[in-house]
Amino acid sequence: MFANVDWADIGKATIDTLLMLGGSMVLTVILGVPLGVLLYLSGKGRLAANPVLNAVLSFVVNVLRSVPFIILLIVMLPVTVLLVGTSLGVAGAIPPLVVGAAPFYARLVETALREVDKGVVEATQAMGGSTFQIVTRALLPEAMPGIIAGATVTAIALVSYTAMAGVVGAGGLGDLAIRFGYQRFQTDVMAVTVVLLLILVQILQMIGDRLVAKVSHR
Amino acid sequence: MIRLEGVTRRYRSVAGDRTALDAVDLHVARGEVFGVVGRSGAGKSTLIRAINRLETPDAGKVFVDGQEITALNPTELRAARRGIGMIFQHFNLLNAKTIEDNVAFPLRLEGRPETEVKARTAQLLAQLGLADHAKKHPAQLSGGQKQRVGIARALACGPSVLLCDEATSALDPETTEDILTLLDGLNRDLGLTIVLITHQMEVVRRVCDRVAVLKDGRIVEQGATADVFLHPQHAVTRAMLAEGEEAVDASVAPAGARMARLTFRGPSTYEPELSCVARTAGVDYSILSGRISRIRGEPYGQMTVAFTGGDAEAALAQLAARGVVVEAV
Ligand SMILES: Nc1ncnc2c1ncn2[C@@H]1O[C@H](COP(=O)(O)OP(=O)(O)OP(=O)(O)O)[C@@H](O)[C@H]1O
Ligand SMILES: [Mg+2]
Repeated sequence: MFANVDWADIGKATIDTLLMLGGSMVLTVILGVPLGVLLYLSGKGRLAANPVLNAVLSFVVNVLRSVPFIILLIVMLPVTVLLVGTSLGVAGAIPPLVVGAAPFYARLVETALREVDKGVVEATQAMGGSTFQIVTRALLPEAMPGIIAGATVTAIALVSYTAMAGVVGAGGLGDLAIRFGYQRFQTDVMAVTVVLLLILVQILQMIGDRLVAKVSHR
Repeated sequence: MIRLEGVTRRYRSVAGDRTALDAVDLHVARGEVFGVVGRSGAGKSTLIRAINRLETPDAGKVFVDGQEITALNPTELRAARRGIGMIFQHFNLLNAKTIEDNVAFPLRLEGRPETEVKARTAQLLAQLGLADHAKKHPAQLSGGQKQRVGIARALACGPSVLLCDEATSALDPETTEDILTLLDGLNRDLGLTIVLITHQMEVVRRVCDRVAVLKDGRIVEQGATADVFLHPQHAVTRAMLAEGEEAVDASVAPAGARMARLTFRGPSTYEPELSCVARTAGVDYSILSGRISRIRGEPYGQMTVAFTGGDAEAALAQLAARGVVVEAV
């Protein structure tokens, strides 16, 4: 049992995966929420309806979402080197992960905002709220369950993206699974990494569900 | 207090244009409860939303408290809206916030100091009987309680006008009565000017000083509620009032009877006018239909009567002389 497993390697790979996930998730939220808000606000009949801006944003988001992540990883290489100075390791993985996940998350944020009753926006307007106040004090808090649920889905998608990023030298559990588990037929390494990824996904889902329950008041 | 001059609003769509408001002129006096009634699609919501410019008119002017709402820039408009409270059919509370925070919301948007926000919120919750619910969320309240929260929130910034968009349409009759009593009290105690739109004639009968009837974006009739409701001129008003009332069946009248519709108003409603006149004129009468009730607190009686024997014309003349409105049927 586990003859080939180097637990120190596994430990380092786990930490790398967590760093990639954490780093890219933070940036995905920082970029995805404003982008989702812009998509929503510029939409037809919304507070800052702007068909041109909406069409442009929507197009960019759709393009990025339609590129398979593995292709994005390769296409992004020069940009990544420009941004973080390397295309390897945790730092090198974060730009493509963010570019892959942020547009996806932005759409989920937009959907969550659309679910908010128009009446709430109207009531806040009638109370003299500015557009900025309507977004920050009414729309985002009301959409919070959907925004968090979307973050959970995105984080889980990022787990599998980090595994793919391993292929281009990012390290992490995915990298171990491929280099040892797949290329050297060390099935035990493969099994350990997969179980660890599974546990990670379970934990993310559980945290997400708890947070959603906490902020839901329906 | 509120004046609309030639307010027009058109909606353009692929299916064709639709004029939701067609050059509407309207004046609501300070301290008045003003009702707007009309069928679905008549333009009621568009009208009330034009007052705080949730709907910007294509043409015409809106004045509230001497300020031309239609001429304000966005910052001025936001300031003006704080003086105009609004409540909604579906309450439009923020589900994520507690009752307390919902009521405090407009004060916080305005940026009032937190100590003041706390004090004012506590006072409003107490005033509206919501103190026990302060820490709950809207989902935990009944419809009537939610509308009370909506009212507390609308009053937070001390408005001089309250707009009610079908505020009781989602409530049962008992809760409706409760909310109407509340609005009536606010009007009397705070001198709050109230505009309410509704398709429920009972609501108007109960609280409105004056009423306007809207049809296809135009005001077809307006006046003191009792005048409009007891002597409706326009077909739409008649039809809306007739709903739920039994039509008079003339065939049940005794043969050769002289029929008339009598309207008593004020304290004379409770006087034995009809029997006095019948005795002196030597006529008999049978009441075919009738209603004795109040409009905005003023008693009235309205009935369709068939006179037989004696001198019916003389009886009707005597009734008219006593201030009863006599109309041929
Ligand atoms: N956003 C909109 N886009 C297009 N047409 C609209 C819009 N809002 C209202 N209308 C149209 O304008 C007319 C007046 O609508 P409004 O909502 O003011 O009527 P209402 O009297 O409040 O009706 P209800 O009793 O059903 O609420 C209707 O014919 C409606 O179809
Ligand atoms: Mg309406």
